[in-house]
Amino acid sequence: MRPTKQRRYDKSVYLSIGFALVGVALTLGPILYLVLGGFKSQQGLAENPTGFPNPFMWENYGNILSQQLFWRQLLNSLVVAIATTAGVVLFGTMAAYPLARYRFRGREFFFVVFTTGLMFPLTVAVLPLYLLLRDMGISGLWGLIIPQIAFGLPVTIIILRPFLKALPIELEEAAFMDGVSRIGFFWRMLLPLARPAMVTVGVLAFIGSWNAYLLPLLLLTGDQTGMTLPLGVTAFQGQHSSATTMIMAYTSLAMIPALVFFLFMERRIVDGLTGAVKG
Amino acid sequence: MTALEASGAASGPVVGAKASAAGPRPVEPVTDHKRRDNLRKRAEIALFVGPALILFLTFVVYPVISAARYSLYQWNGISRFSDAKFIGLDNYARALFGGTDPATNQAFSTAYSDPFWEALGHNFAIIGLSMAVQLPLALLIALTLNRKFPGRASVRVIMFAPYVLSEVISGVMWLIIFDPNGIATSLMQSIGLDSPAGGWLEDQTWGFWTVFFIITWKYIGLAIILFLAGLSGVPEDLQEAAAIDGASWWQVQWRINIPLIGPTVRIWAFLSLIGSVQLFDMVWVLNKGGTTGQYSTIATYMMQIGFFRSDWGYGSAVAVIMFFISFIIALAYMGIVLRRDNTEHVRKAR
Repeated sequence: MRPTKQRRYDKSVYLSIGFALVGVALTLGPILYLVLGGFKSQQGLAENPTGFPNPFMWENYGNILSQQLFWRQLLNSLVVAIATTAGVVLFGTMAAYPLARYRFRGREFFFVVFTTGLMFPLTVAVLPLYLLLRDMGISGLWGLIIPQIAFGLPVTIIILRPFLKALPIELEEAAFMDGVSRIGFFWRMLLPLARPAMVTVGVLAFIGSWNAYLLPLLLLTGDQTGMTLPLGVTAFQGQHSSATTMIMAYTSLAMIPALVFFLFMERRIVDGLTGAVKG
Repeated sequence: MTALEASGAASGPVVGAKASAAGPRPVEPVTDHKRRDNLRKRAEIALFVGPALILFLTFVVYPVISAARYSLYQWNGISRFSDAKFIGLDNYARALFGGTDPATNQAFSTAYSDPFWEALGHNFAIIGLSMAVQLPLALLIALTLNRKFPGRASVRVIMFAPYVLSEVISGVMWLIIFDPNGIATSLMQSIGLDSPAGGWLEDQTWGFWTVFFIITWKYIGLAIILFLAGLSGVPEDLQEAAAIDGASWWQVQWRINIPLIGPTVRIWAFLSLIGSVQLFDMVWVLNKGGTTGQYSTIATYMMQIGFFRSDWGYGSAVAVIMFFISFIIALAYMGIVLRRDNTEHVRKAR
């Protein structure tokens, strides 16, 4: 029966391909326009908005890359994202372990407390959070890292707990029989075994931190060298409002790390998102 | 981030219930001293859960409770909170029905309720349009990409890419494209059409539609990916059997694929609802909701008044209202949709 089926589908598959190509064009077109625009002069963009840059101008990109500002912001974003990811994964796994594998009164209560966190989006809490950080004297990048960890914990614990629960009980029995303590079991057995789930939550936390805008908008005012990339892009845009091609170059460069990360981690990101939704 | 947070909300209780039913019974280490062990166990639990709990209570729960408290005061966020004036539910009344304007002391003013309702209206328009436009479009793309053709995997990756880009980068990109003298205008002219006179975003009616177009571009990738994941769970023999029986491709989609990914579609709808209520980043990057708020959302309105006009009590009241809207949507979703999906499971199990 297979050949018949193949033939039936073959004719209309071209329609599907055509449809997919339109989708790809709509997705990539704007991005391509942005990247190519960075290679144009201001005048070149006005005269020839859609075409290929002619002459190819490297100055926009060169200027940005030769100055410290972009690299500093890239570094800030990296530091915040890595610290957030590390914090979320470490504290999240630590909390998920007893909630999954200890037996004690109030276990479900603590779990429910963490799940209520999903009801409280950052948008609702951001004004008081800003005041709290100001009163505690937490500023700069720490002001981003610490709340981001706190807001990342509920999802992390919710994803990790069932995963840790599903590990076979014999592991613990064997380990305890050999005189390993619970903490030893956590470090030597649980952490290596939980790595796939930890990578998933880590990737999600990293992307969330990398793209974060609301909190940096409130906290990182003033010095541009202290900003993360998303905020840096808007600051740059505000300063060079007449030099469109410069903004295009800056935005294109800011896009690269996320796209590279996405290409390498695509499977993980998709699995994490669909897994988090499907449960 | 919002979608992600909400995605956990959707799956949280379900996951928990499933896991606690199937999870292993915890065992205890081999020891002699019951009592000292109990103490040790408690210390371990405190050590493991403590840091997360402290962070969570301090930086998530406390600010949310504070928002509820500030919302009852008239406060500019600069003076000490102890000097703030308690005004009961006035802030809420100001947002919902209009009330005394603290800036001008005008007795009854709709200066606050008008923009509030306008912003809220935009949120709900985006919700409606997501269901009417994004849902069918994403479904169509997902069904197309579910067929086997060369390059399918790359197409999937490409169409998902905007979802991973930050709101700021995509927002600035579209700002440039929709600049009154930008490429969108010249493209329209080249096919002989007029672009909006006041500019794509500045125009009172076009502004909202332009923003909706941008939001669709940014977020449709998530819907596609979720639907594709749902479709991959539909047994292939079902589709093949139908095809052998002479069903056309469309019939297979209508009768088999679309009904079977119903639960996935409903979960996406929930994420989209919550995301639409809390929409902020993208709209803020696009000129802070518009020069006259022509496409403001409730979150951008909250920031504008609360933070940038230093009316913290009022901003907090708007935040609390926003929380209640998401909360009601979440409850309704759990009550109506999830219960239905779960009873369907039960029926199937029988």
